[in-house]
Amino acid sequence: MGGTRPGGDSSHSVHTSDEHYEPVFVGEAGRELEELLTRYPTKMAALLPALWIVQGARGWVSEEAMTEVAERLSLTPAYVKGVVTFYTMYHQHPVGKYFIQVCTTSPCGVCGAEDTVRALLEKTGCGELGATSEDGRFTVVEAECLGACGFATPIMINEEFVESVNKDNVPDILSRLP
Amino acid sequence: MGFPHKSHPRETPILSRYFGDAEARTLDGWKKRGGYRALEKALAMAPAELINEVKESGLRGRGGAGFPTGMKWSFMKHGDGKPHYLCVNADESEPGTFKDREIMRWTPHALVEGAAIAAYAIGAETAYIYIRGEFTEPLKMMNAAVREAYAGGIIGKNAMGTGKRIDVHVHKGAGAYICGEETALMNSLEGKRGNPRIKPPFPAVAGAFGMPTTINNVETLAAVPHILNEGPAWYKAMSHSSPKSTGSKLFSVCGNIARPGNYEVEMGFPFKDFLYDLCGGPPPGRRFKAVIPGGSSVPIQTMAEAEATLMDYEGFVAQGSMLGSGGVIVFDDSQCMVKQIARLARFYAHESCAQCTQCREGTAWTTRILERIEHGQGTMEDLDTLLSLSKNMTGTTICVLSDSCATPIVSGIQKFRDEFEAHIKGKRCPMGASAAA
Repeated sequence: MGGTRPGGDSSHSVHTSDEHYEPVFVGEAGRELEELLTRYPTKMAALLPALWIVQGARGWVSEEAMTEVAERLSLTPAYVKGVVTFYTMYHQHPVGKYFIQVCTTSPCGVCGAEDTVRALLEKTGCGELGATSEDGRFTVVEAECLGACGFATPIMINEEFVESVNKDNVPDILSRLP
Repeated sequence: MGFPHKSHPRETPILSRYFGDAEARTLDGWKKRGGYRALEKALAMAPAELINEVKESGLRGRGGAGFPTGMKWSFMKHGDGKPHYLCVNADESEPGTFKDREIMRWTPHALVEGAAIAAYAIGAETAYIYIRGEFTEPLKMMNAAVREAYAGGIIGKNAMGTGKRIDVHVHKGAGAYICGEETALMNSLEGKRGNPRIKPPFPAVAGAFGMPTTINNVETLAAVPHILNEGPAWYKAMSHSSPKSTGSKLFSVCGNIARPGNYEVEMGFPFKDFLYDLCGGPPPGRRFKAVIPGGSSVPIQTMAEAEATLMDYEGFVAQGSMLGSGGVIVFDDSQCMVKQIARLARFYAHESCAQCTQCREGTAWTTRILERIEHGQGTMEDLDTLLSLSKNMTGTTICVLSDSCATPIVSGIQKFRDEFEAHIKGKRCPMGASAAA
């Protein structure tokens, strides 16, 4: 079966390998990496930025991408995987077109974040956290403190921050997405 | 100005003066508002002279620990033949805290200017601004400001035409609370997993890339240009209780309160007036129950403690807590404290880097026990177990994440023991909160 878990079913495995992988660091992205390397005294320090370039280009970081990054920075693929898996923001498998993170830490929790999560899971058709909707449009996950506690509940839709989300304005926010 | 609210007449808007003013984000707009005058002045001074000004002002670190900034800078030995680095901690992730976000969002040049001054003071030619990956808008603003500052000759190989080199780079994190810990941040910057390092060596001896490094919080650095422009005596005069706490401080306010947002007050401001007057008190029909005044890692205050507090480093300690990062989380009488403390423990369990046993195991076990109590399945012995675990999680690990998990648990059981006991004896959450969990 293909990429991500269909909504409501977590029994299918998710894939971490990209069979049709093409190198990322060619052309503009390659030049961007070269410029990045001038900013740091070590090649290793360009690892997080390089992984961001990969995710920006492909939407996720596959095993093949980790190998390419490792080669470019003179690291081992195992080392790169160790770093990728430490951080929460690198996707190790494909996710929905709209990756939605909802803050549910205490300050948002006391302002109704649980209701916001339930509304998002229902209205996107994802059904459960971490699952991707059948149409491939949405993945909803809980995030720990997004650092916008005064604007509860903040959510992130890919790179876009949306503040003061509640169960009532969820349908409107979702309907504005192309 | 002020954002999201207009500044209250009792606020002292210095750092927050241009929050909400989009024009202040640009280099021209910033210069029109007096920007980069302080950097020009600083570059004409000797680093030791500059450090003395900051020492004299009494400025202390605004990230949480409150270490005197001038003293921290003085630990960097000039002329040691090694490259020095400045790390700017913009990994703001402490639950309840969202002040650095607004500084970077509205006044990015304030941070570029403060960072350039600090870099010069500590003999560094390179500053790295490490911003948490989730802060997409602050990242965009900081990147734009840095680009403008390079293009305008303010930073770079010939900063403001002085022949001094000051490079500033924005570095994007990738999701990890622990990277706000200074040595974890340096590991992360170096392209490693964000595990904190054992100290010593301290960063001033061996920090980023093994070289002498100073790490400062965003708000700390944003205050520096004002100190140079107005003078240390001016800054020091903003102190109404303890003479060891000076200047203005941004407090982020969230949770069950009428007007959440950022507020800037002078050190020593009465917390009671702050909560009821500036922030508008509890939501309609509610009463306040408890406050965590300095980000989730500091002890919980009862309302009696909170209302007796004068807001400065010493004032919060005198009333059973700490100023921390200035992230004020307010709980009203509709909240179950057991549920809230369990949720905080879950946060720390999720964010533990897992290299120390006491933290990896302790955060997970305390979370499970707290959730069990919340769901009516706890025993009285569980309270002793929680306190015993908390004791073993305090002062025993490489960094203080483990201590931070223990803090709300210990203060919560001490100050709200009746709520814990009601869950255990009644075998359910008396507020019905667990049903929603």
